[in-house]
Amino acid sequence: MSKYDKLEKNAAGRVVPTVINGRPAIPFQGIGKYKPTGYKAAPKIVSCADFPEDGNKVVPNLKEALIKAGLRDGMTISTHHHFRNGDLVAGQIFDIAHEMGVKDLMWFPSASFPCHEPMTKYLDDGTINRIEGSMNGALGRFTSEGKMHGLGILRSHGGRYQSVQDGEVHIDIAVIAAPTADPFGNCNGVNGPTACGLLGFALADAQYADKVIVVTDNLIPFPCLPWQIHGNYVDYVVVTDQLGIPEKIVSGTTEITKSPDRLLLAEWSAQFCDEAGLIHDGFSFQAGAGGTALSIGIYFADILRERGWKARFARGGSNKYLVKMLEEGLVEYILDGQTFDLEGVRSMRENPTHTWTSPFTSYNYHGKGNFASLIDIVILGATEVDVNFNANVVTHSDGYLLHGIGGFQNCLFGKTVILPIPLFRDRIPVIRDEVTTLCGPGELIDVIVTERGIAINPRRTDLIEKMKNSKLPIRPIEELKAEAEKICGVPEKPKFSDEIVAVVKWVDGTVLDSIRRVIS
Amino acid sequence: MAITAEKSNNTPLRKILKSSPVPRSLKYLRLNSQKAMRERKKRSMTTASLMVITMGSGNPLPVGFFFFEAGLFRAVAIELSVAAKVQGYANMHTQPGNSYKIYLPLNFHFLFKSDINIRPTMGTIVTTGNKGKGVRSDCFITLELTDQGGMLLQVESKVAALYGTDIRKKITEMMNFFGIVNATVHIEDSGALTPVIAARLEAAIHKATKTDKEYLIPMLEENKYVTTRDRNRFSRLYLPGNTPSLMINAGIHKPDGIILDLEDAVAPDKKDEARFMVRNALRGIDFYGAERMVRINQGERGLDDLDYVIPHNVNLILLPKCESPEQVHAVNDKIKKIKKKTKQDDPVWIMPIIESALGAIRAAAIATAADNVSSLAIGLEDYTADIGTRRTPEGNESFVARNMVVMAARAAGIQPIDSVFSDVGDMEGLRQNVLRSKALGFDGMGCIHPRQIRVIHDTFAPTPDEIAKAQKIVHAFDVAQERGLGVVSLGTKMIDPPVVKRAFNTINLAVKMNKLDENWRETYEQV
Repeated sequence: MSKYDKLEKNAAGRVVPTVINGRPAIPFQGIGKYKPTGYKAAPKIVSCADFPEDGNKVVPNLKEALIKAGLRDGMTISTHHHFRNGDLVAGQIFDIAHEMGVKDLMWFPSASFPCHEPMTKYLDDGTINRIEGSMNGALGRFTSEGKMHGLGILRSHGGRYQSVQDGEVHIDIAVIAAPTADPFGNCNGVNGPTACGLLGFALADAQYADKVIVVTDNLIPFPCLPWQIHGNYVDYVVVTDQLGIPEKIVSGTTEITKSPDRLLLAEWSAQFCDEAGLIHDGFSFQAGAGGTALSIGIYFADILRERGWKARFARGGSNKYLVKMLEEGLVEYILDGQTFDLEGVRSMRENPTHTWTSPFTSYNYHGKGNFASLIDIVILGATEVDVNFNANVVTHSDGYLLHGIGGFQNCLFGKTVILPIPLFRDRIPVIRDEVTTLCGPGELIDVIVTERGIAINPRRTDLIEKMKNSKLPIRPIEELKAEAEKICGVPEKPKFSDEIVAVVKWVDGTVLDSIRRVIS
Repeated sequence: MAITAEKSNNTPLRKILKSSPVPRSLKYLRLNSQKAMRERKKRSMTTASLMVITMGSGNPLPVGFFFFEAGLFRAVAIELSVAAKVQGYANMHTQPGNSYKIYLPLNFHFLFKSDINIRPTMGTIVTTGNKGKGVRSDCFITLELTDQGGMLLQVESKVAALYGTDIRKKITEMMNFFGIVNATVHIEDSGALTPVIAARLEAAIHKATKTDKEYLIPMLEENKYVTTRDRNRFSRLYLPGNTPSLMINAGIHKPDGIILDLEDAVAPDKKDEARFMVRNALRGIDFYGAERMVRINQGERGLDDLDYVIPHNVNLILLPKCESPEQVHAVNDKIKKIKKKTKQDDPVWIMPIIESALGAIRAAAIATAADNVSSLAIGLEDYTADIGTRRTPEGNESFVARNMVVMAARAAGIQPIDSVFSDVGDMEGLRQNVLRSKALGFDGMGCIHPRQIRVIHDTFAPTPDEIAKAQKIVHAFDVAQERGLGVVSLGTKMIDPPVVKRAFNTINLAVKMNKLDENWRETYEQV
């Protein structure tokens, strides 16, 4: 099977393959243009007769569970990333596969982290054929250097759910690491020594995979409540000593930024929102968990407090600052996609108005609506933007894959999307003529806030009108780009080979851009 | 395996090179003669480099070459000059006394299977700049002058894909400018801007040679402004003179002034290279209208510092630990000498800093030492150490000294400037400190973090009550003018001219700080 074939130029002007890893693919057709047909995928029908009557699905170890699940060459194995950089389970799966001599597996994580770097040896020796999900850090570098046997595919959180739902990806075995589970397979992420908050990223895996293995380090008697994953989807339960490293599960970025430059970005972003009338009683926002985004949340809290307003809901990444806003009554609900610190975990456990969500409810584009488009203000980051407000989040300007898409693409459907980003990072200008990799079409990105000025997308004439008398430094994006190049110099373009090593999919499963091998 | 020296054209390595494909990127290869090798044994070299050059597109075939000079054992020494751009390379600098296994692929493995001990030898090698964890927007340069072999440039940069060519071009241009033909330059770059790279390299060249040439980067048009004696100096942001990462965005936080510090914020062994950094910052970094100040060192070093800053449109010189008018004269004499040589007319202000008991006692003489003394500052950390106590939030220990500085400055018609507030996490403490400072009569203070600027400005700024009062006075003045009256009065109260002047200053400041609309008179109604 060749990695890819039949290149075409898509509606964004990017050349993409229309056959990927032997399967047909549809090039990006424009926002909202591609309408799916057909029915959702469905797992096989099973019978209780084949499952223990006493509901005890515990097997001695992960290897036995994988053998019972029928692990063999060419399968798709999925994992979730709620343990972030503290995950200890994903690596074990492929250690076992390697030991068994299994080859050509497709790894389907909801995201990968530096702790997964040892997987490169399995990509190298063919245990893993390719990754569809995200390729961060060393895995990204490996992919960018053309070393992966199959073609990588990057999807957003919502896109991952959509791909499984639509049958684009068929999961053979889902391995769900769960901080607490009962022998029947009900499980959650809020309780246990390695509590991570929720298991929303494993929902599609549980619902659609042929075989589902729950791995836990905290087995409790039936019933395990709340059951974020129902045991009715689960085939086997494995008890292990430790699922993850708790201090690495918690993100290192749940502190507001101390950098004066980032604080300035946060202040201007909040001031922009205020002056443009985007903040009001009952508004909603999503701000992420990076240092700058957290700081914006603090400024929002100050405004709400001062005016006696409340936000109707905030979407998380929950963290201690958002929890404080909830418990102070400045936010009525937290709709949480993943918890970033222990305060988020505690709050989810204790506060009835702090509820977990999944990519199905928040982000799935092939559904009857999703929460992302309901949000008034969305704050996001980017590695690059261009003069047409397109954004890149997966590669840096040197062309190396270093990040996953996360929820970025899905959040672009919020009502106003603001990107507070530095004008340049370590001499690398962030505003380019054309982004190296297209992840977010410019039609959906409204405001770019840099420390040297704020650019409003010309399509947002309403915002331009509202801000015309503002004392904030509103400037054309071309001018900001020129200033960056004056300070840093005009950058060369990185050198790429013609070989495509990965593709970026859009929220509707169409192919948005290709990532080519870096010539080093 | 022993490695023996042979006649230059017939060494094992040379034979191999003849028989294997010569990399496209390799222009020429020279070998030392045995005589040269013996002579080299007498000299020393502390580094050896391993370069791996990848060839072409498709699967890269790493082809390894290395050069080294051996102290104790005879070996083939190859001098390699790569004139064309290599497609990729890695460098390894050996440490003296360590052993290294070097496995080279294909044809070379049989030569170098065993450990190689590389003895350190001495040469003209200098380093400048910074590197390591947490270092950003800077670079570390290792420069070795050699007596032959041409120029070898090794660039390790996190921005190599985007600026690799630019970096090489700049280094080559500078080496040509200084007339250096034979050298190895190794740059470890963490995203340094061009003015920084140029400063680091020039500092290295000056360190390694006796040159008095200067490589001047273009002066930004935006940096060609002068400042006035009584310009607003609420905040002055200290920037360590050898830390470029803090300089690049300093101006966006809108301090009234920035201070490129060559004195206490620079380690003694970095003071020479800091001069080039500060000079290039004055020329090539945009501070967005902030007054550009430099704090020079004390004594003779400080006078020499002036050679690096006066020609580059510095607006103000801070003179640390000033204890006599003679120190001001010495600085001024040097400034005049430099300005005469460079034919500059624009004013350079001086702000002496009182940091000792003797300085406080002589504050009046210092404040009036010269026409271009625009302000008088106090440095409380050193002052309190000098009087044998420590600084407290209440400031009782420095109350007298601060008053003496204020009185001396006011008597001389210049601005009194207060010391820094050291706790960057305590914004309320800072605000209280500014209120005390303002109450004593200071016109501004130093700051050590951009977060402090807003609090300092807001607190030094006129309050709404002060603005309202000033509006009444200025309005009364306007009315008096219209009626041709010589006396300004508010109700039954006569307003003295100095009070009127202060009111105008308050209004001007309020307008400048966006606390009052500049056309306030049009809608003003006296209450």
